Amino acid sequence: MDSEDEFISGMSSDQEMDDDLEDSLGEGEWEYLLLCYFDDDDDQGLFDTQDKDIKSSHKPHEVDFKVIGPREIQAAQDKHIEEAALILGLPTETCAILLRYFHWNKDRLIESYMDRPEQVLENAGFGPSSKSPPKAQVVPGFVCEICCEDEPGLETYAMKCGHRFCVDCYRQYLTQKIKDEGEAARIQCPKEGCSRIVDSKSLDLMVPGDLHERYQVLLTRTYVDDKENLKWCPAPNCEYAVECGIKKRQLNQIVPSVQCTCSHSFCFGCTLNEHQPTPCSLVKKWLKKCEDDSETANWISANTKECPECGSTIEKNGGCNHMTCRKCKHEFCWICMGPWSEHGTSWYNCNRFEEKSGSEARDAQARSRQSLERYLHYYNRYANHEQSAKLDKDLYLKTEKKMTNLQTMSGMSWIEVQFLDQASQILQQCRQTLKWTYAFAFYLQRENLAHIFEDNQKDLEMAVENLSEMFEKPTSELSGLKVDMINRTAYCQKRRIILLSDTAENLRNGVWKFTVDLD
Amino acid sequence: MAGGQKRIGKELAEVTKDPPEGITVSLVSEADIYNWDIQLEGPEDSPYAGGTFKLLLALPTDYPFKPPTLNFKTKVYHPNVSNDDKGSMCLGMLRSEEWKPSSKISGVLRTARNLLIEPNPDDAVETQIAEQYKSSRKDFDKIARDWTKKYAKA
Repeated sequence: MDSEDEFISGMSSDQEMDDDLEDSLGEGEWEYLLLCYFDDDDDQGLFDTQDKDIKSSHKPHEVDFKVIGPREIQAAQDKHIEEAALILGLPTETCAILLRYFHWNKDRLIESYMDRPEQVLENAGFGPSSKSPPKAQVVPGFVCEICCEDEPGLETYAMKCGHRFCVDCYRQYLTQKIKDEGEAARIQCPKEGCSRIVDSKSLDLMVPGDLHERYQVLLTRTYVDDKENLKWCPAPNCEYAVECGIKKRQLNQIVPSVQCTCSHSFCFGCTLNEHQPTPCSLVKKWLKKCEDDSETANWISANTKECPECGSTIEKNGGCNHMTCRKCKHEFCWICMGPWSEHGTSWYNCNRFEEKSGSEARDAQARSRQSLERYLHYYNRYANHEQSAKLDKDLYLKTEKKMTNLQTMSGMSWIEVQFLDQASQILQQCRQTLKWTYAFAFYLQRENLAHIFEDNQKDLEMAVENLSEMFEKPTSELSGLKVDMINRTAYCQKRRIILLSDTAENLRNGVWKFTVDLD
Repeated sequence: MAGGQKRIGKELAEVTKDPPEGITVSLVSEADIYNWDIQLEGPEDSPYAGGTFKLLLALPTDYPFKPPTLNFKTKVYHPNVSNDDKGSMCLGMLRSEEWKPSSKISGVLRTARNLLIEPNPDDAVETQIAEQYKSSRKDFDKIARDWTKKYAKA
């Protein structure tokens, strides 16, 4: 335990140093000042929640993260806006636009604004101001530049830039931007060449009521999208976001798995489903490879051979063994792969397996097949665990039924049968991990560490199969197997953590050797 | 869409009466104001000089809130025009995020013609042509001239 604790404390101080470095470049000092001046409570983070405090990590493969809900996201934005407004002495409307323009980097905004306020305002879309207040009005003799309407009494609107259009056109323009293009924070004035950004007061005035909600959602989205330490939970219809301090450049040393309140587990680095122990860059490569190659590779492996002369892949589509390569016109025998010229008159069949030229060709063939077979070895195991995980999920649904049965048959209480639910969930997790160990192993160089990895993989695989088979037992026997099942579940869990911790530790220390570059 | 039609009618009248330099505009069919035939004279100081290029300008039904599209009907050797049967021209101002409802067709046509004088190889659809334009301008000019002679002369 001691050594582990040391490792963790060593790690966290490293991270702190990283953060400090960054702070001196951007964030930090201002925030600190702000906290001194304006904060009435003692919270240092963005989100003040009592019950969902950042989970501190205990194992090398775990990362600190926090799940935050829509209200907290809104509150954090408002807080940033208010703080900036107080410092800069500008209206909150203006600050909201400025902050969005600066991708929510408050400190950079404040610094830039202190240096050259006019230019910051200009760049963010606050052009030279005219005095007319923002409200719809009728202007005599007005012709709308967009629709060319000129009837008297036409309602018109202009922002402070003074570019006036009829209210209908303004509305249609904004509706289209919000609805069709999903734009919110950076909608410009409809006038060609004017980069003034439509502020939310104007939007409130001009946007039809039913679009307000959509607009707010889009605005909130930009906040999370712009912050490097925030990511939306990718589960469908999930409104939560996750806060995590892992930076993009750390992704070759760490695989940051996080779990949302909605129970979806995903990778904070790439937002794909959780894929420990494999780093994001390898996951990307692997998925690409599978997409490109898997079906094709399987088919090629089963149905084709390469031309011994030029290496072109050839499918045999007739009965005759006398092959002529379409590409290089080399003639060879499909059976022995030797040149056809040596076959003399024995057309259509081959009995000369031992000839040297033929065996050389077969060797070359074997070598070229090896890489294909190697890939398929890993792919098939990867795909198998994926498939098994799906089957296990079906099992999970049946588990609930079993649990009810068990309660009635054995007189056990709900709480006493929770071990089945637990076992099922651990099984899912372990399959997911195992699946990705095969992608990991595919890119691993053959050396000592790889053997240790494969031992861990084998141990986990055995533990998983041992647990998986328990689910096949008839329900009547399950209550008698409770202790056994709990033990096997715990063992699976343990093997998984050993494998993940070990891999994560080596990854962090950069000792894995891969056959490709992590990039 | 009455507003849109009023605007289109006005713009058509304007470019017919006072067309931008080297450009002639007419409707493909009198009954349809959304498709315009454009005749573009190759600018003097460009390899397209002497050629007449036919283009089709198509206005979407929600014009001017959505941008028009511009396609070359005459084959042209240019980094910003796709070398296929579409001949789509890639103009920055025609991208939906850059288009403004107050932008005018005459402006689009002027920008299109300027692009013949000065291609924009950094925002190209035909990357190979762009590469050649940057690295060996002479070869580019020659092919562009040859194509003009071959396809753009009546």
